[in-house]
Amino acid sequence: MDTDRAESRRGVVERTWRPAALLAACLAIWHLITVTGMVEAYLVPSPARTFGLLADKWSYLWGHTWVTTYETVLGFVIAGVLGVLVAVAMVYSRTIESTAYPILLFAQVIPKIAIAPLFVVWLGFGFEPKVIVAVLMAFFPVVISTVTGLKSVDTEMLELAATMGGGPVKTFVKIRFPAALPHLFAGLKVAVTLAVTGAVVGEFVGSNEGLGYVILQANGNMDTPMLFAGLIVISLVGVLLFLLLDLAEKLMLPWHASRRGAAVTTLLAKGGS
Amino acid sequence: MSTDVAATTTSAVEINDVSVRFQSKRTEVTAIQQVSIDVAPGEFVSIVGPSGCGKSTLLKLVSGLLKPSSGTVTLLGEQVRGPRHDIGFVFQRAALLEWRSARRNILLQAEMRGMNSAEAGRRADELIEMTGLSGFENALPHELSGGMQQRVALCRALLHRPRVLLMDEPFGALDALTREQMNVELHRVWRETGTTVLLVTHSIAESVYLANRVIVLTQRPAVVKEVIEVDLPAERDYSATMARPEFASATAHIRDLLGAVTGQD
Repeated sequence: MDTDRAESRRGVVERTWRPAALLAACLAIWHLITVTGMVEAYLVPSPARTFGLLADKWSYLWGHTWVTTYETVLGFVIAGVLGVLVAVAMVYSRTIESTAYPILLFAQVIPKIAIAPLFVVWLGFGFEPKVIVAVLMAFFPVVISTVTGLKSVDTEMLELAATMGGGPVKTFVKIRFPAALPHLFAGLKVAVTLAVTGAVVGEFVGSNEGLGYVILQANGNMDTPMLFAGLIVISLVGVLLFLLLDLAEKLMLPWHASRRGAAVTTLLAKGGS
Repeated sequence: MSTDVAATTTSAVEINDVSVRFQSKRTEVTAIQQVSIDVAPGEFVSIVGPSGCGKSTLLKLVSGLLKPSSGTVTLLGEQVRGPRHDIGFVFQRAALLEWRSARRNILLQAEMRGMNSAEAGRRADELIEMTGLSGFENALPHELSGGMQQRVALCRALLHRPRVLLMDEPFGALDALTREQMNVELHRVWRETGTTVLLVTHSIAESVYLANRVIVLTQRPAVVKEVIEVDLPAERDYSATMARPEFASATAHIRDLLGAVTGQD
C-alpha cells in the first residue's frame, strides 16, 4: 500500500515536471525579452509587472472573471444538453439526420464573430448574446462526438439487446448511451474551451463587464499590462473548466481504455489494502 | 411438465425450405437456397461449412434478427416473424459491456427482460459456479482472458433459461487449449440444462464432439450437403472420445465433404 502510494506520487512528478519546466522556460524567455529591452515595455510588459498588476487589481478582475465564467458555463451547459438531444434524434432518425445536418454545418461554418453583433442588436448588452455565442461555438463538437459515440456501438451488442427484448429505451439507457460516453467527453472537452472563446467574443462585440470588456478597455487605454493580465485570467478559466471535465471523465469512466492505466492501479491499490 | 410433453411432439427449431437473397446495387446474391433443418428439443446440432457460406445467417433467421426471402422458420412451435426473446445468443466476440463487471454483464439479460432481481442474482451465481467463473464476478471484461469473457457471454445467454441456445462460432477466437476446455464445459452445461443448441463452427472436431447431428453446408448459395448422425455415447470424456474410431470416421467423412465442397470451384 505504501509502495503503491509512493509509486503514484512518483507518477505525478513524472507527469508534471516536463510541462512545468516548459512553462518556466516560457516565462524566462518572456522575462529576458522585456529586461533586455528588445521590445519596448509599453508593447510587452514584463512578467513581474503583469503578475504584480494581477495581484493589485485582483478584486476588479475577479468580478469580471465571474461574469465571463458564468456566461461560459451557462453556454456550455445549454450546448451540452442541446447537442446530446440533437445527436440522439439524428442517430435514431435518418430523416432528422439528413434534414438537420446541412443546417448544422452551415451554422458551424458561419464565423461567430460576424453574427455576434446581430445578437447584440436583438438582445441588448446583457449576458444573453454572450451565452448564445458560447452555445453556438460549443454546440457542434458535442453533436459530432455524440453522434460518433452512439454510432460506434457494436452491432452484435444491439442484436443481442434485440433478443433480450428490453425495447429501445432500455437499450439506450443501459447500452448505447454509456458506450457513447467516452466520445461524448472528448466532445465536451473541446466544447468547453470553445465556450470560453464564445463568451469573450460576445463581450468584445458589446458589453460593459466581463474579461472581454476588460481586454477591450485595456486596449483602448494602451494598458498592455492589464491586457496581458486579462489574457492570463481567460486562459486560466478555460484550463480550469477543462480540468474539471477531465476529472469528471476520470470518475465516471474508469473502465475506458484511455483511463485503463489508472483503473488498473486503483484496482491493485484496493487489492493490496 | 405439460410443456415437456408438448415439446416432444413439435420440433424446437424448424427451418422449412428457406432461402435468403441479399440485394446489392447491381446483383442479387443468394446466400441460402431452400434449406430445411429440423432440430428436436434437447438436441445438439452443429452446423459446418466453408467460410462465408451463410452459416451465421441461419442463426440470425432462427433468432428473428433476419427475415428469410422465402420459406418459414418455426421456433418452439411459433413462426418467427421478428426478434425472438425466448432464445440465448452467443457470438464469436463476447460482446460484453466494458463498464460492467462479469456478474453485472450476466445480469444485463435480467435487467433488459425485467426479471425478478433476487431470482436473477441467484441464477447468475449458479451459472458463475457452473462455468468456473467464481472469483472473477467483479472483474471488468478487459481484466478477463478471452476464454473467461466467452464464459461470461455463455452465462448471460443462459440466465433466463432459454429452451434454445444459438452459438455463432463462440470459441473461434480462442487458443486451441482453451477451446478444448470450453468444449468440455459446454458439453457439461448442455447435459445439465437440457437446452436445445444450434452451434455454428469451423472446427470439425468441435462439431462432432459436441453434437448429436452435424449439418454440412455447401459453398454459397448454401444448401444442405449432408446430415451426419454422430454415433457417440451421451457421456463424452474428451480424450477418450477423440480416440474412438466412430469419432475418427465422422471427422474424416466431414473433412471429405468439406474438401469436396470447396474443391468444386
